[in-house]
Amino acid sequence: MIETLNEVVEKVVAQAKPGEALEAVAVHSADTEIRVYEGEIEQFSAAESQGVGVRVIVDNRQGFAYSGTLDPEAISEALAEARDNATFGSPDEYLGLAEPDGVEAVELDLFKPGLADVPTEDKIAMAIELERATRAADDRISGIESAEYADSIVASAVATSTGLRNSSQETGCFLTSYAMAAEGDETQTGFGFSVGRDFDELDGAQAAEDAAMRATRLLGAVKPETERLTVVLDPFVTAQFLSILAGSFSGEAVLKGYSLFADRQGETVAHPTITLVDDPTRPEAFSATSTDGEGLATRRNVLINAGVVDGFVHNSYTGRRTGTASTGSAVRGFANTPGVGCMAVSLDPGSRTQAELISDIDHGVLIQGVSGLHSGVNPVSGDFSTGADGLMIRNGEVAEPVREFTIASTLQKMLTDVIEIGGDVEHLPMSATGLSLAIGEVTVSGT
Amino acid sequence: MAGETRRWCLAPSSGDPEPTRGDNVIEPDVLESTINTALATGGEFAEVFAEDRRSSSGYFDDGKVEELTSGRDRGAGIRVVVGDTTGFAHTADLSQAGLAKAAEAAAAAARGGSGGVEAVGLTSQKVDRTISVEIEPESIAKQTKVDLLGTADSAARDVSNSITQVMVRYSDSRRRIQVANSDGLLSGDDQVRTFFAVSCVASGDTGMQTGRESVGHTYGFELFDRYDVEELARTAAGRAVTKLEAVPAPSGTMPVVIGKGGGGVLFHEACGHGLEADLIAKGASVFANRVGEKVAADGVTLIDDGTMGGEWGNFAIDDEGRPAQSNTLIEDGVLVDYMWDHLRARKEGRPSSGNGRRQSYAHLPMVRMTNTYMANGNEDPADIIADTPEGVYIAQLGGGQVNTATGDFVFGMTEAYLIEDGKITTPLREGNLIGNGPEVLTQIDRLGNDFEMGHPGTCGKDGQGVPVGDGTPTLRVTALTIGGTAA
Repeated sequence: MIETLNEVVEKVVAQAKPGEALEAVAVHSADTEIRVYEGEIEQFSAAESQGVGVRVIVDNRQGFAYSGTLDPEAISEALAEARDNATFGSPDEYLGLAEPDGVEAVELDLFKPGLADVPTEDKIAMAIELERATRAADDRISGIESAEYADSIVASAVATSTGLRNSSQETGCFLTSYAMAAEGDETQTGFGFSVGRDFDELDGAQAAEDAAMRATRLLGAVKPETERLTVVLDPFVTAQFLSILAGSFSGEAVLKGYSLFADRQGETVAHPTITLVDDPTRPEAFSATSTDGEGLATRRNVLINAGVVDGFVHNSYTGRRTGTASTGSAVRGFANTPGVGCMAVSLDPGSRTQAELISDIDHGVLIQGVSGLHSGVNPVSGDFSTGADGLMIRNGEVAEPVREFTIASTLQKMLTDVIEIGGDVEHLPMSATGLSLAIGEVTVSGT
Repeated sequence: MAGETRRWCLAPSSGDPEPTRGDNVIEPDVLESTINTALATGGEFAEVFAEDRRSSSGYFDDGKVEELTSGRDRGAGIRVVVGDTTGFAHTADLSQAGLAKAAEAAAAAARGGSGGVEAVGLTSQKVDRTISVEIEPESIAKQTKVDLLGTADSAARDVSNSITQVMVRYSDSRRRIQVANSDGLLSGDDQVRTFFAVSCVASGDTGMQTGRESVGHTYGFELFDRYDVEELARTAAGRAVTKLEAVPAPSGTMPVVIGKGGGGVLFHEACGHGLEADLIAKGASVFANRVGEKVAADGVTLIDDGTMGGEWGNFAIDDEGRPAQSNTLIEDGVLVDYMWDHLRARKEGRPSSGNGRRQSYAHLPMVRMTNTYMANGNEDPADIIADTPEGVYIAQLGGGQVNTATGDFVFGMTEAYLIEDGKITTPLREGNLIGNGPEVLTQIDRLGNDFEMGHPGTCGKDGQGVPVGDGTPTLRVTALTIGGTAA
């Protein structure tokens, strides 16, 4: 497939007219999704999708169009549309394609050819076993909302008239289980998952156990009192928090004046233990990638170093406009122009386990899950407020479960109120790495 | 039927008018052979959903036209049902061979047993209600669309010097769909949507705040005969500027008055998702087995209506070919019915309620809301506020999220104020509210007579987004938990 995509983008770019900068991005993905319910396959999807995005820059104006197929006629139409769209763009001297910058792409072993050869029966069996194991994990498991196996094989290629040529392939497979636990009239839910690049990396037993544990430990949960206290974010929650925070380090947010940290380079914004890095070249990161959406090599970018704002991430446009350069951080699909963002964020870990973190806290809450991140967190103002559930922490140990409350603070304050970073690193199917994080002075709003 | 092969064929031409406007996405004879292929190994039900979607969008940011994008997505999704198993495959290759390959993949996925023979005639469905637009967005020059963006940007910046950033988005889409299935259905729809949104950032001594306003309808370009983009821009800018004076929201449980229009998402989350039959069937909803019971306060009537003229969640047929309809979910506090798609309805031996929707041809349909709204009460909204000594008034809600199995839901407040001594006073910073669906429904104690639809929304479920509308009159909930930081 990679050869086909390389040919497709090469063919588009070869049509560049004098004075015209042309970029083509082609993506192909093959996905399998198997959902089981009560021991039977409920849904089985096998799908291939593909598309090409064409970007044209001429006379400092940019136009873009995409086609959701590799059909040559549709690609020609996209090229014509992109050219036409360019005539309506505002002229901007900083517009342009990425230029080769001499940074070599790191070789990452993200493609496991064996995944494509795994017999369908084995995938089905694994999903059925996941559901069975989740049910069997605890007597109080009353049902499974969904138990699913999914995999994807993605290939992409970029070519530019500035001479960049890059293509990559990667595989991924996932198991997810959503369990319901019941006691009396009460129901609680919990999820568990396992991810890998190859089939044999999946651990269904762990996913089942996690789902059952998360659901059952919330049984009997009550609404907590309203008070300000210390929270410990579970690795999964920390990863979501970091993903939002990372948005403030995007070169675009900086340029447009809505980054919380735009004018604060070199200033202390966080607790001195905080070092935040975006590094898509770490192979263990689920979102690892060797090249960015404009065809440049990805690289390690430090965002916060020991509490001090160190740098921001850029694509070629924001890099040029800020007088710096691309940090290999263009993010996109074939249906969009390149944005800019962090791809694989992580905090430098501490050394202790979650239980050890908790052992130092007299009164707090362990946050197992949050909801409404999209509606309750404003990365521009920094206001942070989400729904939550979890377990009270009393005298250094987890105690009764709590639910239907919110946790609130501001992103700025949470960074300085960090108490301790855990050493329990978890690689999650997200753009940030998880670990436990203890933060003080957070308002829990309940009764 | 065992041992026989099920056949599907096209009904002889009856001279009926073609149900779709414009060209077919796939010619009927190709649809026929594709369904034949899907049933060849013994499917009980097969369906082809074809889609051809063209879209254009313009994005104005940082004082200039940042992006003008055109897109074309075209393909077909094929599903085959055997017993309780659904097999699904999709393809962007709409040739007969490409479709056959996808049909075989879907059939293999459904792992059909022996199957049966049944000659099924395909009948063109007359769609009673087509949604026609006055001005096809495709007929409008790109420059005209681009000009709207700049006009809105200027209007927003003119509101105040504190407006430091303005983002304006225009988008339109035309989605032609065709559905054919082995029950003999052949139907189509041509869905046009036009959308415009302005977001502003205001900066002051207290930091930055944001304000937003959006409109979206199943209209064509006549959207802009009905809405003035400068007015929309001023509203968005005004919201951001007002919030510069905002104080941290309170924390704890208190009465909440939700303004007209802005509160629909509350019901979308509090009970809408919990009334979707797929979640009901798995016991993953707090509303399972409660039809006929009192689930909400007196006077509370909740309707999901895919036929509401011009609203964002409007369509002529759903993505399974079923005509849109108006469904009363809760009537005067009593749960009347759930929402149904083809699969769940078929299992229960009842008709679908026209709620089978999907994001695109690459997705399986499932039970989704359309335009969900709470019907009017009979009180003067001013009285509701005046009778609330202390609480929070929410003029605009943001998005929300629900866990249907527990009923716990959150939603964001993007424009909210304190209520003190029965008056709306200080603006509040943003935050989430949290509540429990079944509890909140019984805690609605006041209902206004000023019903209005809210903003166009995108509802996400299982990773699929579909356009939805919602609406409410002004109403009061006696106790909701406000997720602020102030004591």
